[in-house]
Amino acid sequence: MAVAPVKLQATGRVARRQAISRGSRYVLLAASLVGVGVLAYLAYDTFDSGASRLTWDFLNNYPSRFAERAGLRSSILGSIWVLAATVVLAFPVAIGTAIWIEEFAPKHWLVSIVKLNLANLAGVPSIIYGILGLAVFVRFYDLGPSILAGALTLAVMIIPMTVIASQEAIRQVPQSLRDGSLALGSTHWQTVRHHVLPQAMPGIMTGIILALSRAAGETAALIMIGAFTFIAWDNTSLFDDFTTVPIQIYNWSVRPSQQGFQVNASAAIIVLMAAVLSLNLLAAVIRERFRRE
Amino acid sequence: MRTVQHGRPQEGAAQDFGETLISLRDLNFWYGNKRALADVTMDFPINRVTALIGPSGCGKSTLLRCLNRMNDLIPGTRLAGEVTYHSQNIYAADIDPVEVRRRIGMVFQKPNPFPKSIYDNVAFGARVNGYDGDMDELVERSLKQAALFDEVKDDLKKSGLALSGGQQQRLCIARALAVGPDVILMDEPCSALDPIATLKIEDLIRELVKDFTIIIVTHNMQQAARVSDFTAFMLSAEDGAGRLIEYGPAQRVFTNPEEQRTEDYITGRFG
Repeated sequence: MAVAPVKLQATGRVARRQAISRGSRYVLLAASLVGVGVLAYLAYDTFDSGASRLTWDFLNNYPSRFAERAGLRSSILGSIWVLAATVVLAFPVAIGTAIWIEEFAPKHWLVSIVKLNLANLAGVPSIIYGILGLAVFVRFYDLGPSILAGALTLAVMIIPMTVIASQEAIRQVPQSLRDGSLALGSTHWQTVRHHVLPQAMPGIMTGIILALSRAAGETAALIMIGAFTFIAWDNTSLFDDFTTVPIQIYNWSVRPSQQGFQVNASAAIIVLMAAVLSLNLLAAVIRERFRRE
Repeated sequence: MRTVQHGRPQEGAAQDFGETLISLRDLNFWYGNKRALADVTMDFPINRVTALIGPSGCGKSTLLRCLNRMNDLIPGTRLAGEVTYHSQNIYAADIDPVEVRRRIGMVFQKPNPFPKSIYDNVAFGARVNGYDGDMDELVERSLKQAALFDEVKDDLKKSGLALSGGQQQRLCIARALAVGPDVILMDEPCSALDPIATLKIEDLIRELVKDFTIIIVTHNMQQAARVSDFTAFMLSAEDGAGRLIEYGPAQRVFTNPEEQRTEDYITGRFG
């Protein structure tokens, strides 16, 4: 009798299950390719129509009635001003909030409500923040459609998601590190300052930069507060009127197509995409560098 | 269930018991509604190694963490009774836990060096406590006391995390010593280490006890027998609350326990 006592070749149900398992890989790959494919097509289409306009003059010129002479100078400067002010305003508030919630907040139903609402706030549409900014910063505090009003609006918008990212980073710090520090007779604050924060910093930085890249592309909230303006000069103060790159893109893309502004819009999109990708790359580099140290 | 009321090391040890540094009076401890320690009364002698042994969950680590108020950090816990150190109740309203912890240092189960250099690991505690002497000298002295200096002296800038497990644990001991404590609490300090590293730590404990009071929690009965002068056996009752069953000179507890339950435990009949 040369027949093997057990059969190890796949047959029947096992063969069918294995076939499904092998097939699943391709279905999942296809799902991933949908996203990548759409992105690749958009990138190609944008490059195809806008690359020809990408010159130093385009970056350095003020807006103009003539598409060929119009450029991004004032909107790039405006974006830089607004984003820089946003970081300065949002960073301390967000980190402070996250540290307090994670390290110092008592167990109380009010704190739970605050935590829950941070997640809700992070999901509020940006146009709502724009309305808030218009009512509070532009009108009530009478800042007008200024860089400061824009930065305050964007700061309020990105604080919730920055807080959530920072909380996540702080929670990742192992308890054993806190115990080790406290057992040496350091105070709660010394422990946070010397151990928790340095350990959480890469995660916090990543969160901030990703939030900034969202702010960099923000259009609706800024149009709402009145930043949809023609600026043909360089910003020098937080109280200046301003425009930003995404607003300029919107501005150009709604013009009649035969005037050639669509090409400008495509070229500006390339610039904005490059800036946002650089920010994301910076986040990755910071994360890796901190991790190695 | 009968528990031993007299927490002093019992007869036969009176001559070498010496002065008490920390004493517990009717110590009770709760995690939420769950009682973890029930009416523990005992004295820890100065400049001796006292070992706390007992099966998992008998409350020995909880007891240890009561001695430097590390349990304060766990929300929802409650303590009743007294823990006195140099005759002061460390849970009195005017006592600052930071002051307590700089005098009663702690080494944890899993080595937890800071992700900093060896030098900074040792210097940190001294720095936050406002030490203004010669830091290089303090770091060197602490590392020597922890029997680590010769192994790391050429590269004090190296990360503490780059050391082996046994070295990391000795670094944690050095770090605790640098703050200048009287007492060192050790919570199963060798449970994550191999036998050779374990022996090094045990030798070190015998060396350190000349200058410090050491209280060690261990799962390893041979270790308790080897390193401790006094041994306390704890056990939890059906309600889960840990009680002190027997406490005396290590020699006697291991060779001639008074309690049947102690004998059952150390001969491996349960736990």
